[in-house]
Amino acid sequence: MEATATAPTTASRPDAPRILDREPLVLNHRSYSWITNRICGIVENKQPALWWLLFIPSVILTGVTAFCFTYLISTGVGVWGQKQPVAWAWDITNFVFWIGIGHAGTLISAILFLTRQKWRTSVNRAAEAMTLFAVMCAGLFPAFHVGRVWMVWFLAPIPNANAIWQNFKSPLLWDVFAVSTYFTVSVIFWFIGLVPDLATLRDRCKPGLKKMLYGMFALGWRGGNRHWSHYETAYMLLAALSTPLVLSVHSVVSFDFATSVVPGWHTTIFPPYFVAGAIFGGFAMVLTLMIPARKIYGLQDLITAKHIDNMAKIILLTGTIVGYAYSMEFFMAYYSGNKFELQTFQLRALYGPSTWYYYCMFGFNVFAPQVFWFRWARHNLWAVMLVCMCVNAGMWYERYVIIVTTLERHLTPGSWRTFEATWVDNWTFIGTFGLFMMLFLLFLRFLPVIAIGEVKGVLPQSDPHYNPDREKGIQEEDLMDYRDRHVPKAAAEATA
Amino acid sequence: MSTTLKRVHGYLAEFDNPQDLYHAAEKVSEAGYQRWDVHSPFPIHGMDTAMKNPRSKLPWLVFFGGMAGTATAFTLQTLTQTTFWGDIGLGFIERLAETYPTVVQAKPTDFFTIPAFFPVMFELTILFAAFTTLFGLLGLIGLPRLNHPLFASKQFPKFSDDGFFVCIEARDAKFTQEGTKSFLQEIGGKNIELVEDEI
Repeated sequence: MEATATAPTTASRPDAPRILDREPLVLNHRSYSWITNRICGIVENKQPALWWLLFIPSVILTGVTAFCFTYLISTGVGVWGQKQPVAWAWDITNFVFWIGIGHAGTLISAILFLTRQKWRTSVNRAAEAMTLFAVMCAGLFPAFHVGRVWMVWFLAPIPNANAIWQNFKSPLLWDVFAVSTYFTVSVIFWFIGLVPDLATLRDRCKPGLKKMLYGMFALGWRGGNRHWSHYETAYMLLAALSTPLVLSVHSVVSFDFATSVVPGWHTTIFPPYFVAGAIFGGFAMVLTLMIPARKIYGLQDLITAKHIDNMAKIILLTGTIVGYAYSMEFFMAYYSGNKFELQTFQLRALYGPSTWYYYCMFGFNVFAPQVFWFRWARHNLWAVMLVCMCVNAGMWYERYVIIVTTLERHLTPGSWRTFEATWVDNWTFIGTFGLFMMLFLLFLRFLPVIAIGEVKGVLPQSDPHYNPDREKGIQEEDLMDYRDRHVPKAAAEATA
Repeated sequence: MSTTLKRVHGYLAEFDNPQDLYHAAEKVSEAGYQRWDVHSPFPIHGMDTAMKNPRSKLPWLVFFGGMAGTATAFTLQTLTQTTFWGDIGLGFIERLAETYPTVVQAKPTDFFTIPAFFPVMFELTILFAAFTTLFGLLGLIGLPRLNHPLFASKQFPKFSDDGFFVCIEARDAKFTQEGTKSFLQEIGGKNIELVEDEI
């Protein structure tokens, strides 16, 4: 009997390995037009009452920030709580906090694209929008922190009246280039992704102003494959460009600290530590926004438990990296034998004026995400939301610990001062949440929150070799080839 | 008074799903048509092979765009911070730009201060490359444009929802009003429509 001539059947080999079905990315076998209707419906239908309930306070809070900045400019920087040596206080903390939030958007849109993580298609659009809005909030702080905001054009690479150019050797100027490049490239990436979906909205509109505007931004997109071909190349190139970019942005932000000689800042671990922290905080913010949004707009079939599960795992991973960085920082302070370095850390964590900030940071960022080791925690939306809130707060505490607690206890005890935030500090920061929410709500109102074209592309029926007869998972004939190559030795001998 | 003169743009045929469109594309391509395209709500995997599309030239543009960014950043920084251009005998550039070296941070003012310039060189490389991607893409696909004959078709807007179309243009050498229509019918096209352009 020839063992190799006929393919063995399952019945003859009950020990054959089982291949599990992949979890579908879109649940309930939704059709193309269902996806179009559901996502465009958000833009076309009346917004739920909750939208207005969130939008109005957001606009008011944006006004509060605008008022605080006006008050600052008209009165002077004394209205802020910063003082020597804590000159980089509240604003730089908030700048680093917001810029970090943005990183998850680029990670989802670029790095997960390059690594072929198809689940990204349901969340990338909203996450990229979040990136842009977070970077906008971030940009406000250093702009006003320069003191005389009308001189902020000195940051641009043009000579001033005395033909003096910027100091390109300064990390602060690198930061200007990094953040502005990051914002610009993120806008380009986001816009290119939006074009086919704007065409969808254009094609559904009745003639009028709306159709004209969507049509203008859709650039006359016709979905031709000769266009898609270039488009996909462009998308991949932008992903490939954004990947090193996003890693560089927070690295450059960390250079602001790491290239100085301040104890507690002058460490080589800063770039990777900052990048991991940024992705960590950003994913928490993505989930904070997407979990309510998917519930309110009925997107559970598109943003499934699997998506939340995956993002929770990334939070767990990056949170643990951050925990490693915290511990390693401490260890290096001890191991370096540098008295000042060690004292900075002792003051941060053990007997300084702001130790509770350190405990909040450690607890929220390192311990809270550890519940994601358990499947029930990743699948319980309340648990996920709670952890994300902890992380959102924890990442702000982290930046406060790095910046303020370090500067409060500088090298000379004679210059030690404790930072106290004023009401202007507080309300400026709280107000930026309003700005962020307002922009995000407007995005929900006017643009497709999920990348329609991309989601359609990952449906099983979009594969040109899809066979509807094989709808119900993997069939026997699919396994044949696999089993031929993986005949267990004992079984092969028995058949022979 | 509007003119009634019309020019034939081409034939538009609908297909049910990506699989049918893929096979139709293979057949159109085999039949030797050159000026035609398929329209779908999302890019269909492998369609470029079915249509025998060449690879996009965009990466080349982007490479040179990126390099231009690196060069810009290098020139900007060395010119405004160092004596590099004078050192290599091109001092006139420094005089033209009216720049002089900035002596700060105890760093040298010659070429060897270059490590401090890497971050900005990197960022401008990315920035220029990204802009080249955007404008290169628009150039290659000939967008934006305000209108297109296909938008005159009543069924065409379905392409952005769940419609899959083949359009063979009249510009094609093999195009004949009857022949192309029956060809599209033969390969399984539905709702075959003669798309006309008002001139």
